[in-house]
Amino acid sequence: MADVFKAISDETRRAILDELIERDEQTLFELCSRLAMRHAVTSSRQAVSQHLDVLEAAGLVRREKRGRYTFHTIDTRPLAQIAERWPITEAPQ
Amino acid sequence: MKLQAVSIFVDDQQKALDFYGGVLGFQTAADVPMGEHRWLTVVSPEDPTGTQISLEPKDHPAVVPFTDALAADGIPFCVFGVEDIHAECERLTGLGVVFTQQPTDMGPVTVAVLDDTVGNLVQLAQYTGA
Repeated sequence: MADVFKAISDETRRAILDELIERDEQTLFELCSRLAMRHAVTSSRQAVSQHLDVLEAAGLVRREKRGRYTFHTIDTRPLAQIAERWPITEAPQ
Repeated sequence: MKLQAVSIFVDDQQKALDFYGGVLGFQTAADVPMGEHRWLTVVSPEDPTGTQISLEPKDHPAVVPFTDALAADGIPFCVFGVEDIHAECERLTGLGVVFTQQPTDMGPVTVAVLDDTVGNLVQLAQYTGA
């Protein structure tokens, strides 16, 4: 498993995950539009694509080619290792 | 000077006419035999003297890599304005049109992206002025 911590250390990458949670299976075009309009992210399409490379390497995003198009899908399972490593503290009685 | 015609590169002119005419609802403005291909344009019935769309064959070798690369990243080639994007998407989905992007609120505009069946993506936009 590549570094999940590095993947979520960046604000733009967290915004990408936020947008994919709201609507899964987006094209690069849709993600870039959402980042620009809702998060004031002015990164180039190429820069967003590189952020997606990092998320994909961490297993948090999958690229799926369907016909002529590539869609991006979120997979939050790698985040479970955070709570496995540092279990959530139980609330004091 | 005014904008008379813009071109969309299409895999197949007849299939393009079936989609732009039969499905989207544009009307044929010009259909002139030109050897192997046609000078084929359509225009919006809401503005019959307005800008025409020329359905151009993908003859030049640069066109296919160009249109394929845009489509792969979900990038629409042009934008059509609609009055009610949700109703339009529902109507088109009922006709079997594939959307790569469902209606999305982008501030002053709500947009959606559909597959024109001849190699391009087209954006629908409704200006809400919000």
